[in-house]
Amino acid sequence: MSKPADLVQGTLDMLILKILALQALNEWSISQRLKQISSDVLGISDGSLYPALQRPRTSRMDSGQWKASERNRRAKFYSLTRLGRKQLEKETANWNRVSAAISGIVQLKEA
Amino acid sequence: MDIEQWLYSLPLRLRSFFHPKQVDQEMKEELSEHLGQQISENIAKGMSPEEARRSAMRAMGGLAQIEQQCRDARGGSVLQDLAQDLRYGLRQLCRAPGFSALAILCLTLGIGANAAVFSWVEGILFRPYPLVAHQERLFAVAITVQGERIDLLSWPDFLDLRRNCTLCEDSFVSKITSSTLNIGDHAEVTTGSIVSANYFDAIGVHPILGRGFEAGEDVGNDSNPVVVISYRFWRNRFKGDPQIIGKTQRLNNVPHTIIGVAPEGFYGTFVGRAMQLWVPVSMEETFDSGGYKLEDRGARWIESYVRLKPGVGRAQAQQQISAIAARLQKDYPATNRGRSIGLWALWQTPFNHAGELLPTLQVMVAVVAFVLLIACANVGNLLLVRSFVRRHEMSVRLAIGASRGRLLKQLLTEGLILSALGTAGGFLMAYWCRHLLVMLLPVREGDAMYLPGAIDGRVMAMSLGICLVVTLIIGLVPALQTHHLDLAGPLKAESGGVVGVRSKGWIRSGLVIFQVCLSFILLVGAALLLESLQRIRSTSPGFSTTSVAVTGVSVVAAGYDVPRAKTFQNELIDRLVGLPGIESAAFARVTPLGYGAFSSTPIAVDGYQPSPNEQPEVDYNQASPSYFTTLGIPLFSGREFTRSDDENAPPVAIVNRTMVERYWRGQDPIGRRLQVKGRWARVVGVAADSKYESMGETPKPFFYVPLRQDFDREPDLYIRTTQSLPSTLATVLRTVHALDQNLALYETITLQEQVNRAALPQLVAGTLVSTLGGLALLLAAVGLYGVMSYAVAQSTRELGLRMALGADPANLLRLVISRGLRLAAGGVLLGTVAALAVTRLLGQLLYHVSPHDPVVFGLALAVITSTVIFACLLPAWRASRTDPARVLRG
Repeated sequence: MSKPADLVQGTLDMLILKILALQALNEWSISQRLKQISSDVLGISDGSLYPALQRPRTSRMDSGQWKASERNRRAKFYSLTRLGRKQLEKETANWNRVSAAISGIVQLKEA
Repeated sequence: MDIEQWLYSLPLRLRSFFHPKQVDQEMKEELSEHLGQQISENIAKGMSPEEARRSAMRAMGGLAQIEQQCRDARGGSVLQDLAQDLRYGLRQLCRAPGFSALAILCLTLGIGANAAVFSWVEGILFRPYPLVAHQERLFAVAITVQGERIDLLSWPDFLDLRRNCTLCEDSFVSKITSSTLNIGDHAEVTTGSIVSANYFDAIGVHPILGRGFEAGEDVGNDSNPVVVISYRFWRNRFKGDPQIIGKTQRLNNVPHTIIGVAPEGFYGTFVGRAMQLWVPVSMEETFDSGGYKLEDRGARWIESYVRLKPGVGRAQAQQQISAIAARLQKDYPATNRGRSIGLWALWQTPFNHAGELLPTLQVMVAVVAFVLLIACANVGNLLLVRSFVRRHEMSVRLAIGASRGRLLKQLLTEGLILSALGTAGGFLMAYWCRHLLVMLLPVREGDAMYLPGAIDGRVMAMSLGICLVVTLIIGLVPALQTHHLDLAGPLKAESGGVVGVRSKGWIRSGLVIFQVCLSFILLVGAALLLESLQRIRSTSPGFSTTSVAVTGVSVVAAGYDVPRAKTFQNELIDRLVGLPGIESAAFARVTPLGYGAFSSTPIAVDGYQPSPNEQPEVDYNQASPSYFTTLGIPLFSGREFTRSDDENAPPVAIVNRTMVERYWRGQDPIGRRLQVKGRWARVVGVAADSKYESMGETPKPFFYVPLRQDFDREPDLYIRTTQSLPSTLATVLRTVHALDQNLALYETITLQEQVNRAALPQLVAGTLVSTLGGLALLLAAVGLYGVMSYAVAQSTRELGLRMALGADPANLLRLVISRGLRLAAGGVLLGTVAALAVTRLLGQLLYHVSPHDPVVFGLALAVITSTVIFACLLPAWRASRTDPARVLRG
């Protein structure tokens, strides 16, 4: 499986960008953080995260840093580039607009 | 993706292309780190190590798939796939060297033929002048009289045009002329150009020694005897003398100072001729007969060109130039009434040989397109057979998860390899063939016809375009086949086919029918052209051709005036006729079927009443005594001209048969009157009709007047002789030099050669189309052979069965050959329909042959049928040797 069907297209990228905006992390930590924050609701499988990180959109993340991981292994740490921050702002604004609109519709009283 | 993003991601893309292993390694490391973390977490939760590992793997999904997803996501994979496909494709081609060689050969022939013809079109039609800058903006300029006849500009017209044309970047004059060179004690004829002083600057050619002309050197009358010589002239005549500048050379008896040497490879600006020297317009009177013309608006002799400013279209410039011409009409009604000025693209230049090869080249473009299609069909066929052999491989690749798109990419890449190699070979072939067209042309003395092909960027771009189209065609044909591929099929046992009726055989059969069809059209075209050539050469032009030589003596250049020329002509004839082997000799102003133009005059005839809107106008020639005897034109009644028909005698004329029919209603015109140029002449003879301007013309009214009564200083000389051409030439040259050392002979040829030159377009087109038609036939035969061999190989079981049931070898032989003939019959049928429609396009190249000539079609049918039988023979023989016992048991 690649992405869970109920994860809105493109949202995964935004979530990753958001997490990285807070802290530079390696791939494992990103997946853990995603699980923690979303309380497993999003159900992102381990397998789908990695390709997402690899997409050309990685241009928005600086991936040049190899540091020791929590287990003291060599691991690649991702952080946001300037372009990534811009993208995150844009996507967040977009998300807020879309989700506000959708929740507005969902909360309509049935006649 | 915007630019910034793309730039950001570029390092990763490049890294994953150039260091795929390293990037892959990093990715694997990262994934295994993930896995390791998960495992240790699972263990911490209390799982056993084994269980922890399994659970982690399960959470992850397929490791290999994720890796591939990552590679796809990185994006470098397009290039990587390509590189992989290229490597794989090359390996595939090496594995079947026979197939690859045949396919590449087919494409080389197809693409090479196209590149060669494009190089000719480019070199002869579009960029005819080597080394000349910006030829795409060059246009020829000439006068149109009342919108129909084309005439040349006068020098004052040209100056006005140059002054007023603001859309023209430059305008220059380049008028072809012949010149005698006085070398030592004898003279020779060579070809040069009379040019405006800005000539070399305007065309962007800079002399390698000395200088070009300076402003003002084209002003005055014979005031600037300076000359720029060609590289070849400098090399051959002056042995490449580095001190040549400032030396003098007598041209037409006037000493000229050599001021420059043109660069190697520059041949001037006249399609079909290589210029040897250039003199300024101010020397016009020395080179061009008819006196000083620079101040005469009525003297029309200027061959000129303009280069438009960048971005200016022809129509736009034509508008401005038409306006200039309109003003000239108003200002100078006496000379310019009814005269407009027109622009012509270089390949339509009205005053040189530009258009001569146009119909041939048009036909060639179509023919090579056919050859390319046939080659593609052949390669497509080969690839189909190959893809059948490879369908097991394809099924396996599909089964282990390759997408059809990926397979398509692979097939296109293999097509690309083939067509790229074919294009490379094609370039080589075109490079070798670029002079082929010149070699087909008859050799002329003195200055060679110079018509090379040019392989430049545009030809390359065209060929690469063809390469891409070919790639698509030959890559997609087998892809069509894989479309039907099902996974289980190849795993089943090979099912025995039936000769001819395989489910997917229709593509291959269709391709063969297509090839036969195209080859048939080419064969018909070639046969029609060769038949035309044959008819032109064997048709009598109405005068004898083999035993008559034609030449000319350069008396104008030697400064002879009219009285001296008259004496010279009589003396020369008297001396020649006394010589052994020379039966008779005569002069006439214009040689039939030559380049010269006949005089033309409005006529009036006693007793002939023209209809109200008819103004009879007839061409005529100026002939000396013995002209009809020498050329072998029969006289039906009356007499030839004699020495006594001179300027002091009453005007006389000899008319041809058609003229008698038209203007005297067939009655004997001897003694009747004919008005020529306003003077009444008495008809003294009736001559047979002959060909005057072209072999294709229908009989037309024509008449002759005595040369002495309409004199020309430099007429052509005809000699009826029993000797060979070289010994005749030597005799004439000796006789001429005995009279005057300063005289030179123009090119000496037989009249047959003159007729052959008139058939030049048919010769070139016939040779090329039949060569390519033969090539096409060969390709089609190879294609048919391939299909039949394959069909036989696929149906051994059926053939064996037939044999076991009592068919004898002859039966099987017939079966296979008749199958081949059935395919061919389809092709021929389509080809006949198509040929009936397209051979009309040969138009003016055909001579006395109907484009639907049944004999020609029959001949083409016979050739193609025997080729088909020949191509089927080997497969049929193999079929007839089928061993039923072995086949049925195995």
